[in-house]
Amino acid sequence: MSVPTELGYTAKHEWVAVEDGIATVGITAFAAEALGDIVYVESPEVGSEVAAGDTAGEVESTKSVSDIYSPVSGEIVEVNAALEDAPETINSAPFEGGWLFKVRISEEPANLLSAEEYTKLTEGEN
Amino acid sequence: MSDPTSAPRITALHKVHEEAGATLVDFAGWLMPLRYSSETAEHTAVREAAGLFDLSHMGEIRLTGPQAAEALDHALVGFLSKVKVGRARYTMITAEDGGVLDDLIVYRLAEDEYLVVANAANVPVVASALAERAAGFDVEVADESAAYSLIAIQGPRAVEILAPLTDADLDEIRYYAGYEHTVAGVPVLLARTGYTGEDGFEIFVKPADKAPEIWAALMAEGAPHGLVPAGLSSRDTLRMEAGMPLYGQELTSELTPFDAGLGRVVKFDKTGDFVGRAALEEASRTSRERRLIGLASRGRRPLRKGQDVLRDGAVVGVTTSGAPSPTLGRPIAMAYVDGDLDTATGSFTVDVRGRGEEVDVVELPFYKRQP
Repeated sequence: MSVPTELGYTAKHEWVAVEDGIATVGITAFAAEALGDIVYVESPEVGSEVAAGDTAGEVESTKSVSDIYSPVSGEIVEVNAALEDAPETINSAPFEGGWLFKVRISEEPANLLSAEEYTKLTEGEN
Repeated sequence: MSDPTSAPRITALHKVHEEAGATLVDFAGWLMPLRYSSETAEHTAVREAAGLFDLSHMGEIRLTGPQAAEALDHALVGFLSKVKVGRARYTMITAEDGGVLDDLIVYRLAEDEYLVVANAANVPVVASALAERAAGFDVEVADESAAYSLIAIQGPRAVEILAPLTDADLDEIRYYAGYEHTVAGVPVLLARTGYTGEDGFEIFVKPADKAPEIWAALMAEGAPHGLVPAGLSSRDTLRMEAGMPLYGQELTSELTPFDAGLGRVVKFDKTGDFVGRAALEEASRTSRERRLIGLASRGRRPLRKGQDVLRDGAVVGVTTSGAPSPTLGRPIAMAYVDGDLDTATGSFTVDVRGRGEEVDVVELPFYKRQP
């Protein structure tokens, strides 16, 4: 399963890409595959503050409801509005069109896993 | 109940599922396919073409003997002695207090022989209740669950996929009928039954280890017709759209068949006493305390089981099943509400983790195939 090397990861299966102080957050292909068809996304409020580890929305599949945890601290500046009509994009393009929200980070993210570390973690769960 | 400390059992098709890349889950003590790829695609395939299900976790209990019919009339709520050879009935087994122990399909194989099909989780309860209740009759009760595999092919193209592989004239097999035939050269009980709301067949295979041959033959014949293997996830959304109850959700030992709106399965006109008769006669007289209704959401957030149903802000019931409906394109749920509740007026919501989702009360079933 693909795990892009340029991204950071959490043990709860989120990915993070930081560029110019803005962190884009999504869930990994491993997580999307484990959840099954994603049918609903509850996005956080634009303008709200999140701390790393806080819940910042939900992703629902046919069979399950999963909290999304923000891997970073800061202000939510954008959510992926396209997911409202097409939540299945998370299944088809989890690292691209399936991104969830963007955070203007108040501090550099800590404790993120590398692609290699994350891959090792998912192999343990498989 | 299954023993949580023991490893789940596997079916004769386990290797087939692994090779097909299935996501497997522990279901009622069995390791079963949840889905093979996208459960939504599997659901749609069953509605538009066909799906192939491994249902080998279900239980098969055989009653054989001159008083098999009388024993079942006594043990179950249905009038099984009236069922003609080759036909099947949907029925239930209740406790003495009228609470549902399981819902069943019973096939009459011969004058003196029936096959009772029970839900996986309830097989021990049903098998022991049948043995106990049959004790005074000249009949032998045998739990043959381990000897059987069960494969279902469901969907509008099931007939044309199955026809070249069987000696049966499928036009002669009516809905809720089943006969001894061959499929892919293997002797089976071939029944026109299912749990999806589509036309289709259930294939009872004994010995169980013949199932992979039949599965492979059906897949080879069916793939060009759009046949796909389908897992428990799509089976659940298919049965929900078809308004079919699931034991443990719409049916429990706390409810009589009348509470579940399925009082029609209870046959008081049969001769002799049957287990639960007194309690069920009482239940049929007293007004129904609850009624099963269908809900379709106006929003996108899936409805789930166990959520409060409100009418104009007051709690009037609770959901028993809920899921996104691929066919309707909206979240649906089944719910029990107070029996005398006026559902024609008022605004209905479902409490989804603290948020009121607006829903419409709709007729069950949500989906009915065009005849």
